[in-house]
Amino acid sequence: MTSSLINYTLHLADNSLILGHRNSEWCGHGPILEQDIAITNISLDLIGQARNFYQYAARLANTNNNQGSEALPLAGFGEANEDSFAYFRNSEDFKNILLVELPKGDWAQTILRQFLFSCWQNLLFEKLSASNDQQIAAIATKSLKEIAYHLRWSSEWVIRLGDGTQESHMRMENAINELWSYTEEFFVPATYEMEMLNNGVGTDVSLLKAGWMQNVGKVFSEAGLTIPALTTIYTGGKEGRHTEHMHQLLIELQSVARAHPTATW
Amino acid sequence: MVDVKNISVDQIWNMLKDVPDPEVPVLTVQDLGIIRDIHLRDEVVEVVITPTYSGCPAMDMIAANIRLVLLENGFKNIQITTVLSPAWTTDWMSEEGKEKLKAYGIAPPNPRQQVCNNELFAAHEVVQCPRCNSYHTHRVSEFGSTACKALYQCDECSEPFDYFKCH
Repeated sequence: MTSSLINYTLHLADNSLILGHRNSEWCGHGPILEQDIAITNISLDLIGQARNFYQYAARLANTNNNQGSEALPLAGFGEANEDSFAYFRNSEDFKNILLVELPKGDWAQTILRQFLFSCWQNLLFEKLSASNDQQIAAIATKSLKEIAYHLRWSSEWVIRLGDGTQESHMRMENAINELWSYTEEFFVPATYEMEMLNNGVGTDVSLLKAGWMQNVGKVFSEAGLTIPALTTIYTGGKEGRHTEHMHQLLIELQSVARAHPTATW
Repeated sequence: MVDVKNISVDQIWNMLKDVPDPEVPVLTVQDLGIIRDIHLRDEVVEVVITPTYSGCPAMDMIAANIRLVLLENGFKNIQITTVLSPAWTTDWMSEEGKEKLKAYGIAPPNPRQQVCNNELFAAHEVVQCPRCNSYHTHRVSEFGSTACKALYQCDECSEPFDYFKCH
């Protein structure tokens, strides 16, 4: 039970951390100053969510003396804490969905990914705010307020680009073709998600699909974009099977911490 | 220095009333409603705080500033506890705080129940210009210089200004 709860908490944390990291790559490179600030603000919210989940996972790991658990970071670093989860696990230990680890692409791809993710996260966290795990419910409730802004901002951009110029419309279509195959993973539960569903901590992610399709459809139709047919499905991230992009991302994200593992401020 | 053996919780609230928010220094952490509770038992003081936004980078500094004030006043056993529930809302901001924000040039948050609406395709909320009080303003960006603010511009006096988002 505890090991599944830790895995589940890490899954939620990893989604937010990895997307937060990808979005942060726009810092200093946004198309205009206001949007550079917007995407990095969203990064900050996501990394904040991740910290809350990692701190909770560390508390669970330490209090339950789960020293042998596969969920724990590399051995030899003493007690688990938020940093050991973020900086001292390898890619196969990360449980984020594949969508969030893909390269940031162009602005259209970044916007579309944020929109598809926020749409899902909004529905998921609404359910988790009623979780019978109090800390997961508290983090979800707090995060929902921030997600509302992410969702509104990214929806407006999907519409602006989809219904904009020929060039921006084409880029949105390319982004949809690039990312759509990764969206099904939202709704395919991992083992720990099923266990968390059974004990009332989690929710049935497969049931989120109808609401998600409806919201995405609403924004797409406003944007003059079409929902494509689902021809290929890429999954596995939730279980630690990642794309090659994940390794490169982690090399950058973890390089300082791993070069100076005992450094303190 | 105060006599930590014979101090009341009210006196501790009063002691902490001037701790500023590091990012919006015109406000105190009490104006923002960040301090949720203060407990006192056997000379151990516990201050319960809550973050405004999940990723607010000011929280460590706020905790450190609270600790510093208590140390200066003679407390030795200090505990700062962070809670997430109930989630922070701008409805906890004091009226005095809202007036201070406006005088500082930041539009204070609209009352959540009346105006705020984060539904998809909801009409944008109307924000009053802190400089000329006109309601003819438009949103430049949903996100501003800190997590808690959005960027607006007044269509009457042309003033660009920050709006403390309702949350």
